[in-house]
Amino acid sequence: MVCQKMAASNESGANESGNSTNSDPDERLKKLYPAVNEEETPIPRAWSAKDKFNYLVLTQNNLRVQYKGAGKTHKDAASVRATHPIPVSCGIYYFEVKIVSKGRDGYMGIGLAAQGVNQNRLPGWDKQSYGYHGDDGNSFCSSGQGEPYGPTFSTGDVVGCCVNLVENTCFYTKNGVNLGIAFTDLPHGLYPTVGLQTPGEVVEANFGQAPFVFDIEDYIREWRMKTRLTIERFPVIDRKGEWQSALQRIVSSYLVHHGYCATAEAFAKSTGQNIDEDIASIKNRQRISKLVLAGRMGEAIEATQQLYPGLLERDSNLLFLLKCRQFIEMVNGSDSEVRGSALRSPRSQHGGSNRSSPSRSPLHHSHRPTQALQHGPHSGNTSPSRTKTHTKSSLASLQPYPSLSSSISSSCSSPTVNSSLLHGNGVTHSNKTNNQSECSNTKTFSEENLNVANMANSSANGVVLNGSDARLIEDIEMMDGVLPESRDHVTNGTSNGSETNGQCLNGSSVMDCRDDDMDVDPPISRRQLCGGSQLAIEKMLQFGRELQSMSIRLKKEHGNNEANRKQLQDAFSLLAYTDPWSSPVGAQLDPVQREPVCAALNSAILESQNLPSQPPLELVISQTAQCMKLMSKAGIATSAFADPSDYLH
Amino acid sequence: LLQWLVDGDAPQHLRREAAIVMGSMAKGTAENINTLVEEGCVSVLLKGLKSPDQAFVESCLRCLQTIFLHNSNCGNLIYQEPSIVEDLVEIMPRSVCTQECVANILASSCKEPEHQSKLCECGLIPKLVDLLAGKVYKVQMPVLKCLAGIVRENGENCVVALTAMHNNVPLPDMLVQLMLRDRTSEMQIVAAKVLAYLCGGGALAPQDPRIISKTLPCLIRMCSRDRTLEENVEGAETLAYLLEQDGELQRVAAVSDHIIKTLAEYLKYTDVQQINRCGKRIDINWGIEMKQAAFKAFAALGANEESIRKQVIETEHLMEYVVVGLNSGNMKVAAAAIRCLHSLSRSVQLLRTTIQDHGVWKPLMKIIQEGPEELLPVASSTLCNLLLEFSPSKECILDCGAISVLVNLAARPEPNLRLNGIWGLMNLTFQVEQKVKTKVVESIGTERLFRLLSDPDANIVMKTLGLLRNLLSNKLHIDHIMGMYGNQIMQAVVFILEGEHPIQVKEQTLCILANVADGDKAKDLIMGNEDMLKKLMNYMQYQPDVSLQIAAVACISNLIWSGEDGACARQAKLSEMGVQTLLQKLLSTTDTVLFEKVRTAVQQFS
Repeated sequence: MVCQKMAASNESGANESGNSTNSDPDERLKKLYPAVNEEETPIPRAWSAKDKFNYLVLTQNNLRVQYKGAGKTHKDAASVRATHPIPVSCGIYYFEVKIVSKGRDGYMGIGLAAQGVNQNRLPGWDKQSYGYHGDDGNSFCSSGQGEPYGPTFSTGDVVGCCVNLVENTCFYTKNGVNLGIAFTDLPHGLYPTVGLQTPGEVVEANFGQAPFVFDIEDYIREWRMKTRLTIERFPVIDRKGEWQSALQRIVSSYLVHHGYCATAEAFAKSTGQNIDEDIASIKNRQRISKLVLAGRMGEAIEATQQLYPGLLERDSNLLFLLKCRQFIEMVNGSDSEVRGSALRSPRSQHGGSNRSSPSRSPLHHSHRPTQALQHGPHSGNTSPSRTKTHTKSSLASLQPYPSLSSSISSSCSSPTVNSSLLHGNGVTHSNKTNNQSECSNTKTFSEENLNVANMANSSANGVVLNGSDARLIEDIEMMDGVLPESRDHVTNGTSNGSETNGQCLNGSSVMDCRDDDMDVDPPISRRQLCGGSQLAIEKMLQFGRELQSMSIRLKKEHGNNEANRKQLQDAFSLLAYTDPWSSPVGAQLDPVQREPVCAALNSAILESQNLPSQPPLELVISQTAQCMKLMSKAGIATSAFADPSDYLH
Repeated sequence: LLQWLVDGDAPQHLRREAAIVMGSMAKGTAENINTLVEEGCVSVLLKGLKSPDQAFVESCLRCLQTIFLHNSNCGNLIYQEPSIVEDLVEIMPRSVCTQECVANILASSCKEPEHQSKLCECGLIPKLVDLLAGKVYKVQMPVLKCLAGIVRENGENCVVALTAMHNNVPLPDMLVQLMLRDRTSEMQIVAAKVLAYLCGGGALAPQDPRIISKTLPCLIRMCSRDRTLEENVEGAETLAYLLEQDGELQRVAAVSDHIIKTLAEYLKYTDVQQINRCGKRIDINWGIEMKQAAFKAFAALGANEESIRKQVIETEHLMEYVVVGLNSGNMKVAAAAIRCLHSLSRSVQLLRTTIQDHGVWKPLMKIIQEGPEELLPVASSTLCNLLLEFSPSKECILDCGAISVLVNLAARPEPNLRLNGIWGLMNLTFQVEQKVKTKVVESIGTERLFRLLSDPDANIVMKTLGLLRNLLSNKLHIDHIMGMYGNQIMQAVVFILEGEHPIQVKEQTLCILANVADGDKAKDLIMGNEDMLKKLMNYMQYQPDVSLQIAAVACISNLIWSGEDGACARQAKLSEMGVQTLLQKLLSTTDTVLFEKVRTAVQQFS
């Protein structure tokens, strides 16, 4: 037994060295089938010890199958299925079987079978069962009668079976050579299977944990490309320019939402769009956002209370979130409470100027999962650490996915409707008449909107990228805590204005050369609690006590709130360390953590004004992501090859 | 305009404009281009390349590119002056525009082996490899085409290309990258073509993974139905080229992606389609293109392996298509059909069955007798196979005047045709009635026969000797023929044995001698020639090669065969010369075949 194992490990070692990647088996599967959600649909990794005929014996982690029956007639045939059916979201699925020994007669069948097919048979003989047999090289398509298919196979050969779930076809390979299509019109939900019939037959499967002999990646690559081309070449009928204007509205609403005031105005001007919110209101939000992002929470809260009276009073969870953040910023030394009154008056109150620039930009951390739909408008009580799932919102090149559009217009909740619509590429693009309402009624986004996003992305890109550049600079400054000579430093304000206006929006006159608008942290000494001031520390502690009592009050009024409790605990634990920045909970101090808070506040404000709490663009993106999930659930395998996040930078 | 272009004194902007206008004219109809070419525009534009003005050079290049892409006769023009090619190669890397244009120009002017070596001498290959590494698609494509042109059937250039690298990545590896399945079909196919040429030129082994597991599947993909007809044709042709030389590649290809079935579909294609290429409508008979490509691929697939031939022939109506192809009058199809037939005619079974059933020999003979010169080599080679002894078509072909056809071929100046002629004669004289043999000797005449024996091509000498051997095959025939031509034949034998010839030739000659020694009367021709007997004794002791010893012993054995008239006298004479002792000595040999022969010979002495 030991000996055998050694041999096996050697073998796989040799295989691996043939291929450059020596990665973890699970990682290899993940790479092969990135779209599969293994929590819902696990990928087969071994033969099933239960789902097999008793003539077969499994060894080597249930990968090796050996025939131990009488092997006299075809009545002695025996099959085994893999532990799980092939997930549709694989798109293209592949496994290989090595013939360790052909035994007496080499009556081996490799193929696919549905759950419940008789195991006392070779693959292919029965309904919902498909196989390629080694003795004669024939293929068996749910029939006892084989058809000439390929060469015979025997000891030492590696036979692969590839299921194309997009076309519902299957082809086999022998020693890395594609033998051509064997079956068409395959049903979904098939399991990999092998069947043996004579003594001494031994085969061993590779479900993707080790490198394959056949270059399946190259085959997948071709399908990826095909899917991409289908998406990109999807015909768009735009007779009345409605597509374009809808797209422009999406862009403009996005800009407005995030308070890219000047850009939004310029964009609206050049595209003839209306902005639903008045400029002053945008600026107010912008100001508050800037305060939050600068870490000046106290002022932000004050400004919110002043500009949107009643908002925070109604949403105490949001207030609590803000205050928690304020506490963290106090530790950080950024909040105005601890910065001294000299710095209190925000410089951003330069009324009337339209030269303001956004100091905040959406996150661009692509590693974050896109789960934006879960982040609903009620997000007032989500803790900073949780809200990071949100805002995959950079406007980059969102390509209209052909099928996505239809699902959006037909509300996401019915997978069956979706699937039927999604499947045909030739969905009719009747221009929906209700498309004037997308800003307020986000459910009725029609395909136009998506396309707009696409067409406008060049200009939007400029904006977003600039924004993120600026952000970066700002972040560095804040973290270092050293104020550069920001007045003549070319920073976000300037570059944003000039670049977007000049390049993309064509003819808007706003050229911002003075950086009168920067909100940067003042110089503070490096990483000292509350900026190092004793007074500030006392203030902070005092504030902490208030926070604690607020928490207790909230608990009394609204019952236990796990999120709030956790927030507070996290925030307070900062004090347990001499150097909170490098402590395990130090991540809270990162200015990036201000962004979810800012987004929550922004959303709440917008909601209070009866405006959508999420920009339509983000909604579209998250609907696309959701749609992909529904597609894979509905058995549309193309979804494996179209990841919306591929289109977001 | 030309005047301005030529005139170096004309204002530069005027010359530039002139080149641009010229370029626009070239974009017009084919006649426009022909007019431009006739007016000597090409050489003027080529001169313009020496100008230091980059914009002017680019305009000239653009115009040249258009002309070269549409007029295939211009290729030679750039070789008229040696400096032109050098200039072009020199200019090439300057800008994306020059890269694209020069690569296109060179790609369409690399046709002859001289062109290839000239371009290679200019150091073109490494420059092309560098450009290939750039990511500009419209440069990469002509560069690939140019590479394909320069390495095609040119072993030396293949070696240069094989060792070319960019950033330590060898060219073949770069090509593999360009064959990935998410590249465009066009790019995959040209990259595969270059690799196939590298393999054909001997630079890459057929078993190299880059060939067998990358290039081969790529070409097979190109043959599949979801690609365009153009790709199908090019894919099948390149596949045929790649497969031709290697049995293993043929075996792998034969099981790949149902290739035989796919190719069989090509034969059914009948449409004549107008396709729009580069703004011009060209009539392409896709039926013809597809058929000939399929025939070529079938020929290559079945070149070596009987089981693959069997699969090929199982293709429905294949033979009918071949016969139709042979009769079609279209050179391309006929040539491909003959190649296919040639490949299939290597199968004994097929010769006896399908090939016979379809009377394939009729159109074949017609092509040989009346058809175009280009088809002769492969057609006559096929005929040779059809004349094999076990081929039932043999009789009919003989009745049809095969002998004179072959005799004529044997008199041709082209060595390959001479070879096929004599080969065919050799095949048809194998175990044939005396009537036919006499007719063959009469038709070809001893003089020509002996001239063929002194042919510089050893293969031809071999086949001629083979013919002689077949002619002198059984006792009766031997005496008959030796009676008529004995002296000449003996002279010829001496001539060969004394000349500088490879072992196989000498062995064949000794075998003839052995056959002669088998004739009742003919024996005397040897026995009476003491010089010849001494030679035989020498060969009996010829240590370096046992096959000659065997042949010589066989000859002696025939001479002393007991029970024949005058056997005793011959035995006595040879004994006297020391043959018997020599044979005794040879009994100690370790070679079993030789031992058997020697023992038989020794037993004759009684």
